[in-house]
Amino acid sequence: MDTSLRSISDADDAAALQQEQAASHEEHGDHRLFGLTTFLVADGMTFAGFFAAYLTFKAVNPLPPGSTYELELVLPTINTVLLLVSSFTFHRAGSQCRAGQMASSRLWLLLTTALGAAFLAGQMVEYFTLPFGLRDNLFASTFYALTGFHGLHVTLGVICILIVWWQARSGGRITPSQHFGLEAAELYWHFVDGIWVVLYGILYLL
Amino acid sequence: MAVPTALITLLVGMVLTLAGLWVGHNVNLLPVDASTNAPVYDALFEVLFSIGTVLFLGITGLLIYSLVRFRRRPGDSGDGLAIEGNLQLEIVWTAIPAVVVLFVGIYSYDIYERMGGMASFHDHAAMPAMAEQVSFDTSETDATSAERIWGGIGQAGASAPALPVEVTAMQFAFIFHYPEAGITAGELHVPLGQQVQLRMEAKDVIHAFWVPQFRLKQDVIPGQPTLLTFTATKVGSYPIVCAELCGPYHGGMRSTVVVHEPEAFADWMRSNAPPTLAAAPGSPIA
Amino acid sequence: MTIAHPTDLEPGLQPQGWLKYFSFSLDHKVIGLQYLVCGFVFYLIGGALAGVIRTELASPMADFVSRDTYNEVLTLHGTIMIFLWIVPVVNGAFGNYLIPFYVGARDMAFPRLNAVAFWLIPPAGILLISSYFLAGAASQSGWTAYPPLSLTTPAAGQIVWILSVLLLGGSSIFGGINFIATVLKLRRPGLKLMQLPMFCWAMLGTSILVVLSTPVLAGTLILLSFDIIAHTGFFNPQLGGNVVVYQHLFWFYSHPAVYIMVLPAFGLVSEILPVHARKPLFGYSTMVYSIMAIVVLGLIVWAHHMFTSGTPPWMRLFFTIATSFIAVPTGIKFFNWLATLWGGKIALNSAVLFSCAFIFNFVFGGITGVALAQVPFDIHVHDTYFVVGHFHYIVYGGSVFVIFASLYHWYPKFTGRLLNEDLGRLHFVLTFIGFNLCFAPQHWLGLNGMPRRVAEYDPAFTIWNQVSSVGALLMAISTIPLLLNVVLTALRGQPAGDNPWNALTPEWITSSPPPVENWIGEAPLVTEPYGYGVEPGTLELNRLRGQDLWASGKS
Repeated sequence: MDTSLRSISDADDAAALQQEQAASHEEHGDHRLFGLTTFLVADGMTFAGFFAAYLTFKAVNPLPPGSTYELELVLPTINTVLLLVSSFTFHRAGSQCRAGQMASSRLWLLLTTALGAAFLAGQMVEYFTLPFGLRDNLFASTFYALTGFHGLHVTLGVICILIVWWQARSGGRITPSQHFGLEAAELYWHFVDGIWVVLYGILYLL
Repeated sequence: MAVPTALITLLVGMVLTLAGLWVGHNVNLLPVDASTNAPVYDALFEVLFSIGTVLFLGITGLLIYSLVRFRRRPGDSGDGLAIEGNLQLEIVWTAIPAVVVLFVGIYSYDIYERMGGMASFHDHAAMPAMAEQVSFDTSETDATSAERIWGGIGQAGASAPALPVEVTAMQFAFIFHYPEAGITAGELHVPLGQQVQLRMEAKDVIHAFWVPQFRLKQDVIPGQPTLLTFTATKVGSYPIVCAELCGPYHGGMRSTVVVHEPEAFADWMRSNAPPTLAAAPGSPIA
Repeated sequence: MTIAHPTDLEPGLQPQGWLKYFSFSLDHKVIGLQYLVCGFVFYLIGGALAGVIRTELASPMADFVSRDTYNEVLTLHGTIMIFLWIVPVVNGAFGNYLIPFYVGARDMAFPRLNAVAFWLIPPAGILLISSYFLAGAASQSGWTAYPPLSLTTPAAGQIVWILSVLLLGGSSIFGGINFIATVLKLRRPGLKLMQLPMFCWAMLGTSILVVLSTPVLAGTLILLSFDIIAHTGFFNPQLGGNVVVYQHLFWFYSHPAVYIMVLPAFGLVSEILPVHARKPLFGYSTMVYSIMAIVVLGLIVWAHHMFTSGTPPWMRLFFTIATSFIAVPTGIKFFNWLATLWGGKIALNSAVLFSCAFIFNFVFGGITGVALAQVPFDIHVHDTYFVVGHFHYIVYGGSVFVIFASLYHWYPKFTGRLLNEDLGRLHFVLTFIGFNLCFAPQHWLGLNGMPRRVAEYDPAFTIWNQVSSVGALLMAISTIPLLLNVVLTALRGQPAGDNPWNALTPEWITSSPPPVENWIGEAPLVTEPYGYGVEPGTLELNRLRGQDLWASGKS
């Protein structure tokens, strides 16, 4: 049943109002993905600020001798592969959902979650095996700040995928025709993946 | 016969320009100039002030004129003229400001260069590394970083070597150390007419070294030495003001720069030199 | 997840009347007014803090409050005025209220996000102000919070400050997302981008700046808080950090922040002047391009705040030139407004008076701005009262004057009543005189040796400081006629009718105040929001004399 707020002026014709609302519901496009994209641009700029700080420190603040580190590349590279594959699995989940294959879609979602969790586990292992701590020097601090901020985003992403998986069960609100939640989470995940690629390049390869 | 608008505009423009030039030349808003840098600065100020006056009077005049001439008379409920644009006019008032702004930018680059702003930081002669004055617990102990200058105003023109002075800023005082003579003082004493180069670093937070009469200012930063070079041109005492918020006593953080005649400066150096040990006959002197 | 719609909520659960302004309303008009009133409360608090500053500065000694307190006061004053008054009001209040009308929509693109954005503000503000009462004191390092000073002053206050600013920045970003989506996606069918009222372009440009630059501030403050809490060394030279990097990151946001405060004001003036001058806005397309030029240039000029910070000469030169160039698109806008007035039939009401004073003040502030853009000039006046004078001419003489003008212009639409013109003119005269008396002498003070952020100064500066303080007192007094006017009019003001100004933009083509859905029936399609004016040469029958007809040659 459609209800309405009464405005102060109270000059409305009730019937005309109800007709109007019925019409206006259709005029509304769904711009939520556009809004999310704009938000991700903003989020990207936060990372951009961190990257700029890191690169500037690297260029103008020399570290004392003996405190530059050769970073192990094996684990981060594995992590990069995990994330890239997870983007692919998420995309698969999306296309399966659109094709009406909900059970398959849910499987792909779980797979993505597993890959994301594996990435986080890999990060934890890396943190515990690194020869430097948060406070040791400028490079160390920036390293942990950057990867930590990204890891936070991955964690939020994993939680979102689990929520989407739950909503994709039969009777849930994610259906082959209405799946904004899945699309939004997927876009976010691709963003997090993209940030990681840049991060990997700047921190580990440069 | 109605006066053509172009003629009126030209006349108004001429009057405004004359007014601007007069104001720029005759209205003195600055303190006394006491360094070689100051007259250069004041020339730039005069140009900016004149242009600003022309613009400000012109726009204010137009505004007041419009409000009077085109005000709505009582009972008039009609509309004004339906003019939505005028390409030629818009081109003119885009081009003229662009040219003015470009001119101002280039002129101020010239001024900046004459002030020593483009000079390299590292062509100064006998400037010992400040490593021994850096007393905080930094891991940056290698010589290159201690000598690195992070900004400031270097020595303009290769004249006689500048008198080096090391400036340390801390909450809430400036300390001046003359490395060649070994003098440490709470005031800055400089000779008239000789270039002085300040090598500055802070001990705690960011401060700034500012002498209004010299028209020079430079932030004094912990861990990042900066440079300020100047030549004093008038004998007297001028305030050194801290110009970066450094804590509660920021307002009281000031010192003085005393400009001496060269002989008086030499006297000051002599009377303030640290006492040297008199050599006893026959004993080894270090 | 469903799309939020203000009329989806159950009746009876949604407060009616004035109570709805204290609720989580999704109606953009309610939210707009919430922003306006909340912002104004913070303006009064920020103004009281300014009163403390000017009282202290009436004498050369630090004798009114303790020096620590003084630094807390100046920090809170700046932070409150920027993040809790101007940014929320020009963006959140007028933006939210007007943009849906201008694009022909019933509400903003994301009404729930809108409400969230507003409701971040009061708690963030209360948090910030409460830091003053915390043991250990509020932040004392200025609204710029430069390290290492911000690392050595009481930590609790600084952390609260950081948290508060992060919340306020988040609110701003949510708003920005909403405006971009609404202007680009929610336009009524048949309405083209270049037919939108200029305020839409101003808000679009502002929101692009918000989305691109505010997150950088967020990241910077997060790093600063790491330095304070976790004792990392990002900006701590004793731990190998670099304080100048903080300044770059800080100003990367904080310079666009000044455009975030002023571009919406430009848009509002573009709406007000044509209505009261009965003339089209002059040069619509160039106004749009100017806004976009200001947006682009605004992102690449930040280091003109750092000319004495220890930046290399080539960097100082680049920023001098880039900053100087912003004067060109800005100047174009001012010439266009003057051309809008020229040849019009200007009603000299409060809205117009404040708008014209805005032009006067902002031109002055812009001229000192072009001067400040030149490196050698800035080296003398950086961090002095010259800069304080300059930016108050821009943010107060600029944005706040426009807020007042907009209040007089749109109050009838918000409430259905016309503000009293006599009180309005009194408000104007007191504000204009007080403002100029307060801030004009500060330019001289800076040129002659008075630094900023000080509680004590050279006694030679006493007289002009006292003049400035008298001006501040006048500004404080000027609030009285405004408050009286707003309150008395709300209670028993003259009814305004739908369109007291005979304006053409969509918000006037509905009742005052408007219904919840903005218009009864379809949204009007206004393709010429500035379609005022008669063709040159048209004869005005109600003002004709016989000889005009003879002279014109028309029969």
